[in-house]
Amino acid sequence: MKHRKHTNQHYANLLRRLKDRLLVMSNKSELMITDSIRALVERSPSLAREVIDRDDEIDRMELEVDDLCLEIMALEQPVASDLRFLTTSLKIVRDLERIGDVGVNIAERVEELMAEPELKPLVDLPVMARAVEKTMHDSFDAFVNSDASLAAQVVKHDSELDHMYEQILRELLTCMIEDPKSISRALKLIFIAKGLERVGDHCANIGEMVVFLVKGQDIRHGTSSDS
Amino acid sequence: MERSVKIRTTDLNCFYGETRALDGITAELVRHSVTALIGPSGCGKSSFLRVLNRMNDLIPDTRLEGRIEIDGEDIYAEATDVIDLRRRVGMIFQKSNPFPMSVYDNVAYGVRVNDLARNSKEIDRIVESTLQSAALWDEVKDRLGKSALSLSGGQQQRLCIARALAVRPEILLMDEPASALDPISTAKIEELIYELKRDYTIVIVTHNMQQAARVSDETAFFLSGRLVELSDTKQLFTMPSERETEDYITGRFG
Repeated sequence: MKHRKHTNQHYANLLRRLKDRLLVMSNKSELMITDSIRALVERSPSLAREVIDRDDEIDRMELEVDDLCLEIMALEQPVASDLRFLTTSLKIVRDLERIGDVGVNIAERVEELMAEPELKPLVDLPVMARAVEKTMHDSFDAFVNSDASLAAQVVKHDSELDHMYEQILRELLTCMIEDPKSISRALKLIFIAKGLERVGDHCANIGEMVVFLVKGQDIRHGTSSDS
Repeated sequence: MERSVKIRTTDLNCFYGETRALDGITAELVRHSVTALIGPSGCGKSSFLRVLNRMNDLIPDTRLEGRIEIDGEDIYAEATDVIDLRRRVGMIFQKSNPFPMSVYDNVAYGVRVNDLARNSKEIDRIVESTLQSAALWDEVKDRLGKSALSLSGGQQQRLCIARALAVRPEILLMDEPASALDPISTAKIEELIYELKRDYTIVIVTHNMQQAARVSDETAFFLSGRLVELSDTKQLFTMPSERETEDYITGRFG
């Protein structure tokens, strides 16, 4: 969605700043997921700790974005595509912050897991993590480039992540039944897989909002009514 | 709200000498609704407003092509009584222009001229009810005999609305009715517009897009004499269908 320039440059700069902040925030929250999984695979408690420490920054950025949105709404009274951009920003900032929270939760479980021997070589979880990373990438790209068809794909692919999670769950359940001593570690891995599945949900939310941003159509909750 | 057309224009062109002010306007304006006309200066919105009660007849060298119907009747037909048309289609201007007479007489004037009351009691009644409709009665009931020019700007504008209402019009045309008023007076006018649409069909020209968004049911965007888009107001301000509308209302223009 290429736009002509705003006549009011101050307004244009505020919108640009908002988009920039969201971009930086999406990169940071994406990295928190990537690094928390890397900490798990590489058994690196220091990396896990680092991810946990980054949470404050994401929280601060959420407040900053909210504040900027309020400022733009109060001072510039956005309409049409600008208004949709503002509402989209207000919604996806929350998803980005929650993705960061998932990164922290995964990192905390990693710290706990590091205190125990490895349960088994990780196979499916890194595969799921890569799929989630791609989904995050696609949803952020869709937002940056106002790409509704990529956004719609993200929404559609969410069920694949759900499926991966169920597979991991089944495998770890079997593991727990076979060896009760594995329960504590298997539960933490299930928790991590569940976190990744939640990241997929947040990306799907972002995808839905991008469709709204570009087409003005609200496709949430299986509806497709025009806004 | 049942959609019933009050004003219909078909392929309307308006020229001032060689200059084309309106270019093929085909539009339907809904009864008992507020239609806002927006667009940059010189886009034709005021011309469109003025042809609806033939105010343009008063401008020399004006030429009109196409058709304008009110309730299905061609208002440019030879048989049209222009005086009666202007009674049915009232106009409120940007700058309030009360007559230099008392508050009471400002409202009573049109009633007397149009012979709309049988006796002075009936005129009293019309003056009161009209001032009430214009949300002015409580503020002026104790000084009906005072000069209208002693009222504040916002009160004068509501008096002009009362004056227009007194002759029982069907349509109210408003040309930037609140552009010279402070925010409180503006809010009163906007609230009044909201009340009045129950009984009247209102067409309002405004440069204030937020005002268009607040008061209107439908919004028409004009550009270079063309009607670019006429849509439901919420739709137009959230997802306009035309790129030119989008550029204008988001301030990416000029």
